[in-house]
Amino acid sequence: MTTISEIPAGSINEALPTTLFRFATAGSVDDGKSTLVGRLLHDSKAILADTLDAVARTSADRGFGGEKGGIDLALLTDGLRAEREQGITIDVAYRYFATDRRSFILADCPGHVQYTKNTVTGASTADAVVVLIDARKGVLEQTRRHLSVLQLLRVAHVIVAVNKIDLVDFSESVFREIEADVQRVGRELGLGSDGISDLLVIPVSALDGDNVVDRSERTPWYTGPALLEVLETLPAADELESHLESFRFPVQLVVRPQGALAPNAVAAGLDVEAYRDYRAYAGQITEGSVKVGDQVSVLTPGQSPRTTTVVGIDFAGTSLEEAAAPQSVAVRLADEFDVARGDTIAAAGTVREASADLYAALCWLSPKPLREGQKVLVKHGTRTVQAMVRNVSGKLDLATFKLEAASNLELNDIGHAQLRLAAPLPLENYLHHRRTGAFLVIDPLDGNTLAAGLVKDHPGDHEDERYSI
Amino acid sequence: MSTSLTEETQVTKAGVSTRLSSLDTLESEAIHIIREVVAEFEKPALLFSGGKDSVVMLHLATKAFWPGKVPFPVLHVDTGHNFPEVIDFRDRTVERLGLKLVVGSVQEFIDRGELAERADGTRNPLQTVPLLDAIQQNKFDAVFGGGRRDEDKARAKERILSLRDEFGQWDPRNQRPELWNLYNGRHTVGQHVRAFPISNWTELDIWRYIERENIELPGLYYAHQREVFARDGMWRAVGEVSQPRPDEEVITKTVRYRTVGDMSCTGAVESNAFTVSDVVVEVAASTLTERGATRADDRISEAAMEDRKKDGYF
Repeated sequence: MTTISEIPAGSINEALPTTLFRFATAGSVDDGKSTLVGRLLHDSKAILADTLDAVARTSADRGFGGEKGGIDLALLTDGLRAEREQGITIDVAYRYFATDRRSFILADCPGHVQYTKNTVTGASTADAVVVLIDARKGVLEQTRRHLSVLQLLRVAHVIVAVNKIDLVDFSESVFREIEADVQRVGRELGLGSDGISDLLVIPVSALDGDNVVDRSERTPWYTGPALLEVLETLPAADELESHLESFRFPVQLVVRPQGALAPNAVAAGLDVEAYRDYRAYAGQITEGSVKVGDQVSVLTPGQSPRTTTVVGIDFAGTSLEEAAAPQSVAVRLADEFDVARGDTIAAAGTVREASADLYAALCWLSPKPLREGQKVLVKHGTRTVQAMVRNVSGKLDLATFKLEAASNLELNDIGHAQLRLAAPLPLENYLHHRRTGAFLVIDPLDGNTLAAGLVKDHPGDHEDERYSI
Repeated sequence: MSTSLTEETQVTKAGVSTRLSSLDTLESEAIHIIREVVAEFEKPALLFSGGKDSVVMLHLATKAFWPGKVPFPVLHVDTGHNFPEVIDFRDRTVERLGLKLVVGSVQEFIDRGELAERADGTRNPLQTVPLLDAIQQNKFDAVFGGGRRDEDKARAKERILSLRDEFGQWDPRNQRPELWNLYNGRHTVGQHVRAFPISNWTELDIWRYIERENIELPGLYYAHQREVFARDGMWRAVGEVSQPRPDEEVITKTVRYRTVGDMSCTGAVESNAFTVSDVVVEVAASTLTERGATRADDRISEAAMEDRKKDGYF
């Protein structure tokens, strides 16, 4: 019978996590990623009793663990029927767990098929990515590919978990050799040395739990933190970015009730007269922060920027003095400009001239290849415009990090291309602007997403050497 | 090692940490998604059952468009076996917010012979046909749902904007990658999109938010006295459509509901959580998943939810 245990009220509410941290996992086939994810969920007590019972029954049915018994932690992340039947993972799965310091959202990215697609997807929103390496195999080509994608997507924290350290007898020399290899690859890519990202290497055994949640006594030569400690203390991307970058606010829609006020707001005593001419621009702050009184520019494609002052920041009946990324708010401006969805409000004087020429790195995510001359849609912020692919200038060999000649891009390719937009957009270099430097390439025929796009640089700039051809 | 760990409080250059709380971050994300869907679709609707997740969704929508009205109707698929107090709550909420309510009725489909009662008496799986019919009849091109990824393994893999084909079917193997906060809702004629703005919320987040925002819920979410009988390891309420068999003893217990669905398949749990604060504490300490504890329909098979979703279920 279902009975929820009674526990005394009091301390729990204060102990509940207060901030959110998003991370992804990436790995190759059989490197124990599912086991690691299962271990994190299990040891952080995110797995409830009924789920654990089901997994224990299945583990026993399949004879897992032999004489040792135990449960197959990988089953905790088993997903769809199709996946169980084929023994594969099809798609990115999202998991949730919390410690008393943080709530975590984990994007579990399968490594087998379409690894670029999955890694790009998981990494695009991640504050950190955990890359697994099998201690017996060391740095593989797949590892280089993963690290390359993470550098390109500008993931702030890359954590390499050297797994199955138990299978190399907890050998320090094996670990140190892999660690040196990882750091060498990191230096080649600029990971951990570009002032944007950092790179950590941790020896773990997902199967036994060494250095996953708690520091292990079996790796006395490793004095660093366990994986979960790292995840609990790393700064999240919005912490790193909110004060470093200038205010950016793509307008989602105009809130203009024109007298048609919400009955619940009126019932709560809202002054109907005062809101008769209410007009505010709703959106989510993508970068930086804004205060009442700040000078801002309204960027409308095809028009020169118009400068005005922020006179109010509203959120559901509360007036704010200040707001920062990633808050959703509604902003009121001093001048009655014609502002619409697709426009961007930005700190005055901080945005370059909008451009209809787009130089980008494209992560191609569709089985339909990209060809020169192709017509596509580009979704940037809250605006979608038509575009034509002028040329493909090459694709990256992710193992050697060299750009090779190419005139088309296929599934899982990452290449460089130039697009001509039907309307100019306020494009910014992805390297410094993880939101306003990102866009989607969409197929106008069926609406499917074809590629993740990263703005390389403004056409007026010198090419950044990292993207040089 | 190329970096050392930085303490959270030392991070921000301005010297003040303005980091949003996890609830504020989730709220902001959900409002962004709700606004995106309203801006990009012709005719959205919100699935509203009076259950806690849909109540939270509606609350978020009121915040997203404040001081304006919620700019879309609500849609309820009524199994005909709903708890009367939940239907009453639904109607009061719709009235309070000045919303339009569209009802799809399982009973009407059964009466017309277009659906057949199941042998086990459960009507939850029967909701798919009236749901798709209501979407088609009203030409809804986007339907908001309160689905959360922590509920079920099929949901764990579903996108925030989830494309459905002409038959309402979900194809888990052919989903669009969802990148950054750029949601691609493009669809062709006949297709529609299910939008799940609270995908990233957990059951505990929902309850903490209900407590913080002082959101009203149907009373059966809180501990109360009820006549129940034991079946399939759950406490079932005695009601018109939920009658004990001769061997099932009826007793009065102090219970509450963790999920509110069809009376014929939703079980109550013994609980002394009389207030929202009590529930937060209880959920934080719970050792069973909410669906595992209270939903007979999810116990049918390991892939029960996956199978229903493929056919067009919520």
